[in-house]
Amino acid sequence: MNALVNPAADSDATLRDLMLDIERGTPVATLRAVKLDRRSFLKLTGMAGGGLALGFFVGSDAAAASISPGDFAPNAFLRISRKGSILIYSKGPEIGQGIKTAFPLIIAEELDARWSDVTVEQAPVNPAVYGRQSAGGSRSIPDSWDQLRRAGAVARSMLVSAAAASWQVPAEECTTRDSAVWHGKKSLGYGALVTRAAALPVPDAAAVRLKERSEYRLLGKSYTGVDNRQVVTGAPLFGIDQTLPGMKIAVYERCPAVGGKVRGANLDEVKRLPGVRDAFVIEGNGKTTEIMPGVAIVADNTWAAFEARKKLKMDWDESAASKDSWAELVKSATELGKHPTGAQTLANIGSVDQALEGAARTAAGFYTYPFVSHAPLEPQNCTAWAHDGIVEFWAPSQTADRALETVAGALGVPVAQIKIHQTRVGGGFGRRLMNDYVCEAGAIAQRFNAPVKLVWTREQDMAQDFFRPGGFHSLTGGVDAQGKLIAWRNHFVTFTHDGKVPSSGSNWSEQELPAQNVPNYQLSQSMLPIKTPTGPWRAPRSCSVAWVIQSFLHELSAAAGRDHRDFLLEVMGEPRLLQGGLDTGRAAGVIKLATEKAGWGKKLPEGHGLGLAFHFSHAGHFAEVAEVSVDRNRKIRLHRMVVAGDIGPIVNMSGAKNQCEGGVVDGFSTMLGLAISMENGRIEQSNFHQYPILRLANHPQVETYFIESDNPPTGVGEPALPPVAPAICNAIYAAIGHRVRTLPLTKEGFSI
Amino acid sequence: MSAIRLRVNGKELTANDVDPNTPLLWVLRDTLGLVGTKFGCGMALCGACTVLADGAPIRACSTPVSAVSGQAITTIEGLAGKDKLHPLQQAWIDHDVPQCGYCQAGQLMSAAALLERTPKPTDADIDAAMAGNICRCGTYQRIRAAIHTAAGKLTQRKA
Repeated sequence: MNALVNPAADSDATLRDLMLDIERGTPVATLRAVKLDRRSFLKLTGMAGGGLALGFFVGSDAAAASISPGDFAPNAFLRISRKGSILIYSKGPEIGQGIKTAFPLIIAEELDARWSDVTVEQAPVNPAVYGRQSAGGSRSIPDSWDQLRRAGAVARSMLVSAAAASWQVPAEECTTRDSAVWHGKKSLGYGALVTRAAALPVPDAAAVRLKERSEYRLLGKSYTGVDNRQVVTGAPLFGIDQTLPGMKIAVYERCPAVGGKVRGANLDEVKRLPGVRDAFVIEGNGKTTEIMPGVAIVADNTWAAFEARKKLKMDWDESAASKDSWAELVKSATELGKHPTGAQTLANIGSVDQALEGAARTAAGFYTYPFVSHAPLEPQNCTAWAHDGIVEFWAPSQTADRALETVAGALGVPVAQIKIHQTRVGGGFGRRLMNDYVCEAGAIAQRFNAPVKLVWTREQDMAQDFFRPGGFHSLTGGVDAQGKLIAWRNHFVTFTHDGKVPSSGSNWSEQELPAQNVPNYQLSQSMLPIKTPTGPWRAPRSCSVAWVIQSFLHELSAAAGRDHRDFLLEVMGEPRLLQGGLDTGRAAGVIKLATEKAGWGKKLPEGHGLGLAFHFSHAGHFAEVAEVSVDRNRKIRLHRMVVAGDIGPIVNMSGAKNQCEGGVVDGFSTMLGLAISMENGRIEQSNFHQYPILRLANHPQVETYFIESDNPPTGVGEPALPPVAPAICNAIYAAIGHRVRTLPLTKEGFSI
Repeated sequence: MSAIRLRVNGKELTANDVDPNTPLLWVLRDTLGLVGTKFGCGMALCGACTVLADGAPIRACSTPVSAVSGQAITTIEGLAGKDKLHPLQQAWIDHDVPQCGYCQAGQLMSAAALLERTPKPTDADIDAAMAGNICRCGTYQRIRAAIHTAAGKLTQRKA
């Protein structure tokens, strides 16, 4: 057991490291360079003896049937059978971002495969072979783009060599398309080349020729998700669907105030309940990211486990537990926000005070946003089985690669004794970057002589989250006589777990707008201590600060009486690359495209308004225009959202647009009515009646347009979300002249 | 504990050793191994567990199994015909509706019940029929489009 001085702070430090890693796209520290050789593939998949050793995933049987030991498998990402079927392994977790379709498309493009020849399987978790196997930070595409292209190109080059040899023609004269090599009018399908190709040496992956974008046949078109047929027929794809012979169901009760310890529980009584097999205390290591103290109940089925949990009487020691109160935090923050600057100055450029004195117009406002939960629809769960000297997991995790070490550490066993299977994930949004439920399942399995599936209730899922932190911003800004932005001051009131640095997800990025776009800029910070766990939530930081920045920019352009599009383009200025990666030229491009498509400046009916916002995050440039109507009772309707994004070339157009549509709905849903609050350390919301996620009747019509620039492709799971809230609030201002400074909107009397 | 007789997807089944108060959801998932019907909230708030009982959509997480004994239960596993997907399932694939996909079984069952009653639904019909189903990923726009597409195919076939 680790003797932690401050477990909450320690867990938060782990989370901050995780976020940094995810955002930088750094692979897990222990990774070796990815080896693309056949031996590691065979070892990895157990294919040498024939048959697929992937266990559980639906479809593996069908795929295995068409695969035999004589296949061509130049690396761990693909194999081609003599019949010409192509099996591609998707290495990363599918969490709804569409990566299980996008990754194989990239490989198939360079392989010049016909998409209908391709079957996709989830790769085994083995970061030593595959590299990064996490889904976070919208990093999957940018981090894997080159690796996957080369995996496909290596195979293609070997197939070309095989065909050239059999025709006795120079390889340079051969071309490939539709899963075949061509020389003039002669062609050989890849299946017919398998035996010859498999005998060739594998070329250096770094030296193979990659396609030019103009040569792409597959990328950029629309594809339906590779698992969609299984999804719509109810196949057992998800973590919670896993079933093993003799499997039992477990629930795990933690203290409702984070940090509480078990003093006692009515275990004897619980053990006698129908269907209950065992009940026991787990001390845990006090880390929210691993194992918090609690009581496990193992039962024959889920209902017996859930019913037994209701009868559980816990005696918690809450001496070190959270006493956090949102109401008190708001009071303290509001008091702090009355001061123009906070205790710590983070940036000071020019002289804000002088600039404000000389400004033609100024604006000031205090902005507040709440904590929010991830609330993925599949509650946290994990199946674990301690057997034959290993602990084996079926985990719906966003970070299966990291989970290996996290779980090994938490359970006190060597990494080599941990085996993790990736399942499909019923929603991530950042929640499943943490593997606490995996560790819990492992700790329970270690105490029980059968496979165990741990299932959280919705109430547990909502209470035991790593929340998107709330925050407060006291802003003052000014424009000159020409209406040009000349001063920006922000006192940011945020949270801390260790008293030294902001909690994970509640820090400021020094490169955020408009630090590099205004001559006089000051950013200062105050921190309020909390124990409630925080963490990355879809587009961490950006998901909240974009609202503040883009709303306040609009306050200033409104104060100056200027058109906001012109103002925003002026703030961007000449095309150049800012620190942090924002390209002002690409920004201007999407701002112009979004406003053009939305009919910016058009005449609207009474009570309607258009609102524009831009944000750069996760390497994606996004501008969005909301069309909103508001009636006399502050009933609002979001009619339409035009999204313009520049994330480089698109891999799967349908998937990319789906992410933008989902990002808009998520952004709207969250800014409209979602808030997590706590009292005496307890989360006050328990289920969807108190956390009303947007329903179908109120979805806006989303139109998505991409500028497919020649920049390297980047991810799209996150960057379409941040501009949503400010675009809507700016539209509300345009419609009725009311400036929203508190989220969710329902706090200011708005409804749908 | 008792044995409960159920008609699920056209088959007569007996679930042995079941507490009659057990929600249908857990009998489907744990006892019968039909895991396509999903657990989301346990309070009939999210619709992930939607199945049809004699053609009407019900929330299996909050319906005691004893309450539906003798009724014809249809789950997502029973929505397709023998060799052919239900037009809604095909439309879901054609519109590339799913993101994470976890809610989609429930969405499909609610939509199937709607088209049974209202073969050519308006947007308002769709709003009302789908009000009990949450999609956390926000695929609503595609769900709406897919229902219209499937309705078009169904009415074409009947005409």
